[in-house]
Amino acid sequence: MKHTINLLVENNVGSLLRIAGMFSGRGFNIDSISVGASEEEGLSRMTIVTHGDDEIIEQINKQLNKCINVVKVFDLTGEAFVHRELALIKVQATPVERSEIMQIVEVFRAKIIDLSPTALTVEATGTEDKISAIISMLQPFGLKAVSRTGRIALKREFQGVTV
Amino acid sequence: MLVTSSPEVEKSSTDEKMTAPQILTGAEIFLESLVHEGVDTVFGYPGGALISLYDYIFKETRLRHLLVTHEQGGTHAADGYARATGKPGIVLVTSGPGATNTVTGIATAFMDSVPMVVFTGQVPSHMIGNDAFQEADILGITRPITKHSYLATNVDELADIIHKAFHIAVTGRPGPVLVDLPKDMLASKTAYFPATDVELRGYKPTVKGSFKQVRNAAKFLQGAKKPVVYVGGGAILSNAAEEVTEFARKLNAPVTMTLLGLGAFPETDDLSLGMLGMHGTWYANKAVDDCDLLIAVGARFDDRVTGNLEKFSPNSKKMQIDIDPSCIGKNVPVDLPIVGDVKSVLEELNPVVEKCDSDEWLQEIAQWKKDHPLRYAKNENVLKPQQVIEELSIATKGNAIIASDVGQHQMWIAQWYKFTQPRSHLSSGGLGTMGFGVPAALGAQVACPDRTVVGIVGDGGFQMTSMEIATAVRYSIPVKFVILNNGYLGMVRQWQELFFDKRYSNTHLNPSNPDFKKLAESYGAFALQVKTLDELRDAFDKMMAVTDRPVVLDVIVDQQEKVYPMIPANGSFENILEADV
Ligand SMILES: Cc1ncc(C[n+]2csc(CCOP(=O)(O)OP(=O)(O)O)c2C)c(N)n1
Ligand SMILES: [Mg+2]
Repeated sequence: MKHTINLLVENNVGSLLRIAGMFSGRGFNIDSISVGASEEEGLSRMTIVTHGDDEIIEQINKQLNKCINVVKVFDLTGEAFVHRELALIKVQATPVERSEIMQIVEVFRAKIIDLSPTALTVEATGTEDKISAIISMLQPFGLKAVSRTGRIALKREFQGVTV
Repeated sequence: MLVTSSPEVEKSSTDEKMTAPQILTGAEIFLESLVHEGVDTVFGYPGGALISLYDYIFKETRLRHLLVTHEQGGTHAADGYARATGKPGIVLVTSGPGATNTVTGIATAFMDSVPMVVFTGQVPSHMIGNDAFQEADILGITRPITKHSYLATNVDELADIIHKAFHIAVTGRPGPVLVDLPKDMLASKTAYFPATDVELRGYKPTVKGSFKQVRNAAKFLQGAKKPVVYVGGGAILSNAAEEVTEFARKLNAPVTMTLLGLGAFPETDDLSLGMLGMHGTWYANKAVDDCDLLIAVGARFDDRVTGNLEKFSPNSKKMQIDIDPSCIGKNVPVDLPIVGDVKSVLEELNPVVEKCDSDEWLQEIAQWKKDHPLRYAKNENVLKPQQVIEELSIATKGNAIIASDVGQHQMWIAQWYKFTQPRSHLSSGGLGTMGFGVPAALGAQVACPDRTVVGIVGDGGFQMTSMEIATAVRYSIPVKFVILNNGYLGMVRQWQELFFDKRYSNTHLNPSNPDFKKLAESYGAFALQVKTLDELRDAFDKMMAVTDRPVVLDVIVDQQEKVYPMIPANGSFENILEADV
């Protein structure tokens, strides 16, 4: 089963390496990993998406807790949480194709953030499914480059209420 | 404590002379910090990145630096020191090759949860990453085999980092911590304040077992008719031998130990079943197979203990006490887990433990011990390796510290030396590192000058680190070494004989083994070659009398002897092979 794990870790390269190394050394899966500043100075927030059976997930949580520079581990799975992914998608686009692409972009509530005579870059935010959907819609025009951040997530403040 | 502006510090130091902090170099702060942590011995080896630090060591009188002969030996010696005392072993090596030579020793300590702090020299901070001379990314190399590690680039943080390193190494589930010391940092100066408290937000090991779980445990234990206590290295690490002994006696339950648990419960006690697992006793494995209650105490259900997981102790309810939550339920499901330090948990549990109705079970076990004892066939013409260990056990009354290497001899030590005290059996269990025995014995003898310390090693493993005899000679350390010389990589040979149709691929050493007596003598050790029982007894007497230098006994033993009982890898009790005697 897929699990989304949120971590607060000490803000240094060593933390990231220890965590990533622990996953590879123990043969755990990483579907995505994203890391950036948190609300607290000196701490980064990391979101890891992984999968495995219950025993593996239990081990992952315990091994993460064991890392000295991991301050907090929350497995969000089973809780109400919000999550998003950001993608930048560079698509080949002749001036004629632009309007068609802009329609797609609008439907997905995405944005065009860069434009050239032969290509444009789309910024899309949403769930992984939505990102995959817009990518597949843009594919026929010719994808020049795709960059996805992987999931970031936070627990909902009011459990049980979905907005 | 952080000091950001040194001019201010200098100003205040003229104001209040008495309390003024000293302005010291990183190298001096390093030594002050070690003294502050109570270090008395450092196992080290100098080099370019540390040459200025070694200049301070030249003048240092508060702690002793032992020059080892190879950095791997240094780490195993520090490991032996730590296992024998419970204090962290300290290693100091230079950058690059000095640092990479510590890798096997660090991994060995990591697998067996041995507290150790390894300090590595590093090229100057501004050259890190430039492929500078003798640069190695030792933090990167050792990250998966250290409990934690630090790069100390800022001299202001050095005292604090060292304090944290010691704290992490010895608390919780202990382990090795590495601190990398760039050369420029060691030369720069700052005000020194001894570090006193540690703030590590992500590290709060659970020492005390939850009150509720301990109450539950007392109930859980009731009603068992066939209990077995299964004791691992965690009991030794937490200094809980007394509590384990009290627990087993109150519960009236037999005790079996893992390789690393030996010494936690006296093997002279009727309740002792000796070691379990692949080369454990028949009756220990039978008892675990048959029991209705299995209590794991600081043990982690390693595959050398369980064999085939599906068939391991199939009829028992299981309880497990361990300080490391990730060890609980990892391989075998546990009905009642208690996270906590073994000693602390048993101190809570022992007062409420009630005696089990296990008399019948104990009688049954007594019969098994009679019917299936550990055994081997003696032979007039050749010494049997088991016999050598038995004789040594008698000659030292089970009171020596025995360091082992890895191989057949390691299993014979575990089977035939009757350990009665904790921290007396030093063996590389988790990593199974050949080359561990010689330096580990050396380190233990340094730590315990008043005890008899014997390193028992194979002819293969001995040659991996035998150069540490030079270290023992250099410091007049009267550590003893017994080589069980079977002319083979015996353990591998045994598998080849049993499972590979006697194709002895690359395991015959005899044609090229050196004359170990001459080798040892050339270092300045006292050495004897032994072939008969009379010579052996005589050699033990002579060995014990030497007090000013190391002793090496080259004991020629039967080449064909195999370790039994044996449960082949991934097998279960039904697959146990016994000696054909
Ligand atoms: C560093 C290392 N290399 C290889 C092995 C694999 N190994 C395990 S036991 C053994 C044979 C050891 O031979 P020896 O030291 O003579 O001891 P014996 O088994 O004969 O008692 C070998 C090669 C190991 N454990 N460690
Ligand atoms: Mg051998």
